[in-house]
Amino acid sequence: MTYLLAIGTKKGLFTAVSDDRESWRVTGPIQLGGDASTLQSGVYAVGIDTRRDTPRLLVGADSAHFGPSVWHSDDLGATWTEPADNAPIALPAGADKSFARCWQFAFGLDPDVVYAGGEPHSFFQSNDGGLTFTMNQAFWDHPHRPTLFPGAGGAAIHTILPHPTDPAKISIAMSGGGFYRTDDGGDSWNPYNQGIRADFFPDPYPEYGQCVHKAARAAGDPNRMYVQNHGGVYRSDDEGGKWTSIADGLPCDFGFAIVAHPHRTDTVINFPINADANRFLPDNQLQAWRSDDGGDTWRSVSHGLPTDPYFGIVLRDAASTDGEQVPGYYFGTRCGDVFSTTEDSEKWTQVTSHLPDVLCVRAARV
Amino acid sequence: MSVTVFIPGALRGEAEGAASLDVAVDAAATLTTVLDAVGLRYPRLDRRIRDEHGQVRRHVNVFVGEDECRRLSGVATAVPDGAEVRVLPSIAGG
Repeated sequence: MTYLLAIGTKKGLFTAVSDDRESWRVTGPIQLGGDASTLQSGVYAVGIDTRRDTPRLLVGADSAHFGPSVWHSDDLGATWTEPADNAPIALPAGADKSFARCWQFAFGLDPDVVYAGGEPHSFFQSNDGGLTFTMNQAFWDHPHRPTLFPGAGGAAIHTILPHPTDPAKISIAMSGGGFYRTDDGGDSWNPYNQGIRADFFPDPYPEYGQCVHKAARAAGDPNRMYVQNHGGVYRSDDEGGKWTSIADGLPCDFGFAIVAHPHRTDTVINFPINADANRFLPDNQLQAWRSDDGGDTWRSVSHGLPTDPYFGIVLRDAASTDGEQVPGYYFGTRCGDVFSTTEDSEKWTQVTSHLPDVLCVRAARV
Repeated sequence: MSVTVFIPGALRGEAEGAASLDVAVDAAATLTTVLDAVGLRYPRLDRRIRDEHGQVRRHVNVFVGEDECRRLSGVATAVPDGAEVRVLPSIAGG
């Protein structure tokens, strides 16, 4: 078996390949197509589409000079291209902004449907496997959208969670926006933020505007969601209708990344950061925490991580699972280190080190 | 009439390796019509230079002769016969 780990960094795409998820061969930075500037483009979104006979890799990258695009590879990252005639992803004519960055890919039930989240706040759907995307007009026209406060990370839809059986239901999350859901295939969108705190507003529990850093849908029960908020860790048992704090037992409630177990509803992994005004690791120790009871209790699962003082946090998309029956977990840090473990070992091993800031990771058996 | 467009090194892979392109355009051409002609041959190159609304990207500078187009009339800048148009990335990054 071959496992592929795609690592998006502040400067370029890297890939790692392993036969055993212990020893990895790392390649990069990788040029995307004919644009040599992509060697140092920020790679904020990667996707590995294993629904196809030949897995397709998707990368959303943006050059500080030459703008954003989406590239794809059908040979496991050896070559990359983008359509010539049409921009893979762009805002439509009449939009008062230009597309800035692709933040997320997610895969729909139909094998040709791929969703993308973008900056400025925008939601896209592809019906050709991620080659070209069309913006969802209903979200763009939503009366809330012009009023959303962008966080420092950007005004973006950074999380997309399709329902596992109902293609009409899609949940999304935004920093400085909160959690939204469509139940009609994207024709309408509504906020679902009840119970999520927003300390940066006079009313700490507004209808929308929360700074959800990452959301994850649990396996086995599509109504179960987890959120790492800008202050606060939450669970919902009704697909976002109401959120309950599950931060007790964690060293702190700030953070960016949260990863749901690919098979167990009650298992979730979190990467705590001290606080909004202290974005370092608790005790300056690189650490991961795990709950096996839906967030009621937590335990550190940090065996194998560096024990020296460490100053690189885990960003919102820099943690993931490969979804295997015996799941592998992966995360990268702003120090450019990448770690992996498997469910049966619970000991982290270092995949690579000293990359640029790790922005996103995705892994799959290919 | 003919205009020469110089391509920055990083983008030459989007123009079959060419360092410059000779572009034929009608008289009374503007920078938009020149870049439209570039885009017909190399649409990916054009998308690196201009955004989806036809505006030169923020950190790309396009010189018509000696002047950066924003000091002239932007993408509406007139481009005379025989002009040299240089696409240059601005000083940015770290």
